[in-house]
Amino acid sequence: MSELHFIVNGKSVRVETDGSKPLLSVLRDDLNLRGTHFGCGTEQCGACMVLIDGKPAHSCSREAQTVAGHSITTVEGLSQNGALSPLQQAFLDEQAGQCGYCLSGILISASALLAANPAPTRAEVIAALDPHLCRCGIHNRVIRAVQKAGAAMAGAPR
Amino acid sequence: MIDTKLPLSLTDNPILSQWIAFNEPGRVRVGSGKVEIGQGILTALTQIAAEELDLGVEQVNLVSGQTDVSPAEGFTSGSYSIAVGGASIRLVCAEVRALFLDRLAETLKCPVAELSVANGKFLRNGKGTGRDYWSMAVEIDLERRASGTAPVKKPSSYRIVGKHLPRLDLPAKISGKGFVHDMAPNGVLHARVLRQPWRGAHLAALDEAAVRKAAQAPIDILREGEFVAFTSADETAIMRAAEAARTLAKWDGGAPVPDDAGTPDWLKRQSARSRTVETGVQTPAQGNRVVEASFSRPFLTYSSIGTACALAEWKDGHLNVWSHTQGPAVLRDWLARALKLEARQVTVIHTHGAGAYGHNTADDAAFDASFLAMRHPGRTIRVQWSREDEFLGAPISTAMAIDLRAVLDADNKPADWTIEIWSPPHAQRPGMNGNANFSSETALPNPLPMNPLGDVPDERGGGATRNAVAIYDLPRHRLVHHLLPEVPIRTSSLRGLGAWANVYAIEMFIDELAELAGEDPIAYRLSLLSDPRPRRVVETAAKISGWFDKPKLPEGTARGFGFARYKNIAAFAAVVVEAEVAEDIRLKRIWCAADAGLVISPDGARNQVEGGIIMGASFVMREQVKFAGGRVANSTWDDYPILRFSDIPDIDIELIDNPNEPALGLGEASVGPTGAAIGNAVARALGKRIRDLPLTRERIVATLMAD
Repeated sequence: MSELHFIVNGKSVRVETDGSKPLLSVLRDDLNLRGTHFGCGTEQCGACMVLIDGKPAHSCSREAQTVAGHSITTVEGLSQNGALSPLQQAFLDEQAGQCGYCLSGILISASALLAANPAPTRAEVIAALDPHLCRCGIHNRVIRAVQKAGAAMAGAPR
Repeated sequence: MIDTKLPLSLTDNPILSQWIAFNEPGRVRVGSGKVEIGQGILTALTQIAAEELDLGVEQVNLVSGQTDVSPAEGFTSGSYSIAVGGASIRLVCAEVRALFLDRLAETLKCPVAELSVANGKFLRNGKGTGRDYWSMAVEIDLERRASGTAPVKKPSSYRIVGKHLPRLDLPAKISGKGFVHDMAPNGVLHARVLRQPWRGAHLAALDEAAVRKAAQAPIDILREGEFVAFTSADETAIMRAAEAARTLAKWDGGAPVPDDAGTPDWLKRQSARSRTVETGVQTPAQGNRVVEASFSRPFLTYSSIGTACALAEWKDGHLNVWSHTQGPAVLRDWLARALKLEARQVTVIHTHGAGAYGHNTADDAAFDASFLAMRHPGRTIRVQWSREDEFLGAPISTAMAIDLRAVLDADNKPADWTIEIWSPPHAQRPGMNGNANFSSETALPNPLPMNPLGDVPDERGGGATRNAVAIYDLPRHRLVHHLLPEVPIRTSSLRGLGAWANVYAIEMFIDELAELAGEDPIAYRLSLLSDPRPRRVVETAAKISGWFDKPKLPEGTARGFGFARYKNIAAFAAVVVEAEVAEDIRLKRIWCAADAGLVISPDGARNQVEGGIIMGASFVMREQVKFAGGRVANSTWDDYPILRFSDIPDIDIELIDNPNEPALGLGEASVGPTGAAIGNAVARALGKRIRDLPLTRERIVATLMAD
């Protein structure tokens, strides 16, 4: 057991845990942030995607202690003061979901894409989301939602 | 016309109070045994209830799959939820509304025609009466049988049904909430089970000390018979233990599966129960052309992105189970039977999971958790499967071999048609054939006896024979079904069951006949379709894709067509695929026309059609469960690829507006036609038909090299 320090969704947190546990387990079990999902444990499906220092990263097999001290954003960190982010709103507007299990990870990767490139082409969205698997078949809706969110964010007052 | 004959769900749950209660001010509780599996059913059923009761949608509290409250409606499967579950709710709500209005008319001594309902309040000639459902509820006895005779609304007067209503469960899900996986009660005990690698496998050795060491934290190991479970308050510890145990366990005995399982040769060698169904009249043989072709599909797995999860708690002689099962009431009954309890001692509470596309591991996880809960009274047990166990231990959608034979008449139309199918059963859900069918149940000492296997009966849409009878005008049809009931694999239901493979075979074969006749594939089909309804669907797909404009396509790119009416009674779908075929298939664009009669939730319907297209494409292009060393050889997404973002083309969908026809099940309709359209596009691009699935790079290369 060791004490690990992270900045999670903008807040500084300390957690007494087994640092060799996957980051996903620390987030879900120790910090009770259960929106990030387990899908495969082998970095193949993207359900567990979080941002580490703003970059999308799988959390299912990365040892928590290797990212101690870093800034981590989960799906819970996308909404601000309980209000949906423009990206989440765009997913609602496009009804970009069926079962919804893969969405937390997809939203994370999409948020990183839009932060770097607010007006991505279809091909750029696909490239950013290709690490994510979806079995229900909502791909086209997701692509449209990400592009619309980018457009909405670009048009919003800064 | 909306059919007012009592649907199955209503004959099974005939009392109005099983469906509806006015127990909360301003809201009406409507029960449903159909459950949300990602298809948007909660939203659509809410629309139906709000429509018939004249409520706002927010006034409907749909309680789904909670066995102590909701009606028992079997499984949420087979595209029956709108057509049967929805039809039941429509009739119940219409009848309850009529009971209230009749009573109010008596009280006010006025004709019922003067009364109406708005947001649950009763109006007379458009003016408030001061009465509503809730204030009058004590006067209405709902402990009575539904008659199904109350008039339902005319589709032309709908204000909620057929209009867009955003998915009610989506706001939680885009915040990562609402899944059974996310439940984490205080003091929860996590568990994982070591899965047998094949049916009847005996655990010859397991180095428990090595497993405990791998866990890196204290765990408990429970062994009974061939059943082994690891439990701990720390989920990571049991994940590590289970992973180590999978490698350390030595198994023998039982029925390991041979490597060639699923090939057409293997299927045709298995012992069979065979039957023949003949219809039509045989015309005298005229020495005409005979065309024959053999098709096959491999084993597949359902593979949700989330692995199975369940929680269970055994307390004060009652078992509570939280599960993403597709059949809560059936699960309750079979958990009770397998655990030697009364059904009234078990409550199953449906809780959302990852998408379900057929019989997945949800029920197995529920059994694991329930069995372990009874070994740990008072504790909540949480079981979540690993991805490796999902591949290894999930029910498997069965391989099939399909032979087609047609004798053509002088006009090159099929005068005599035979389809011959070899297939293990497509259904081993809990309760089917009187078997529990829980993965771990058979690993325990003294399992329930196993009854012989049958397939889904034809009157329930069939399993291997689903969509085996081509929709075209065929004067004589012969179906030969070889059910292979002794295959030692838990073969079960995946979206469409046998339908998509049969549609693949039939629609590829029809294209072949069209080519022999020198006709355009769609024109040839139309010449075999006299019914205007399917004709319209085919013509619509041709129109939106510009099929008859014969667009000039680049070298190696071609279009293919596929069509079917799901189960021959549910929704129609016609699909055009444009694909570029080199060594691999690249989907360029897909068009689909569908007719589902009355559509309750148009955006939800489009979402289902598109999802079915993508899944159907994935099935035929990529997917195959393989066996090695007696067990499933696939263990990761690398070994079992599915379509990804970079594979998905633009998809155009046209839903044919047909609100005066009954609502038809839609969720599985586009799967088969899409696969067939891809097969036909590949055939036209390559100049060769690939009749054995999947259409992988290796198979395409081998096809090009052959000759």
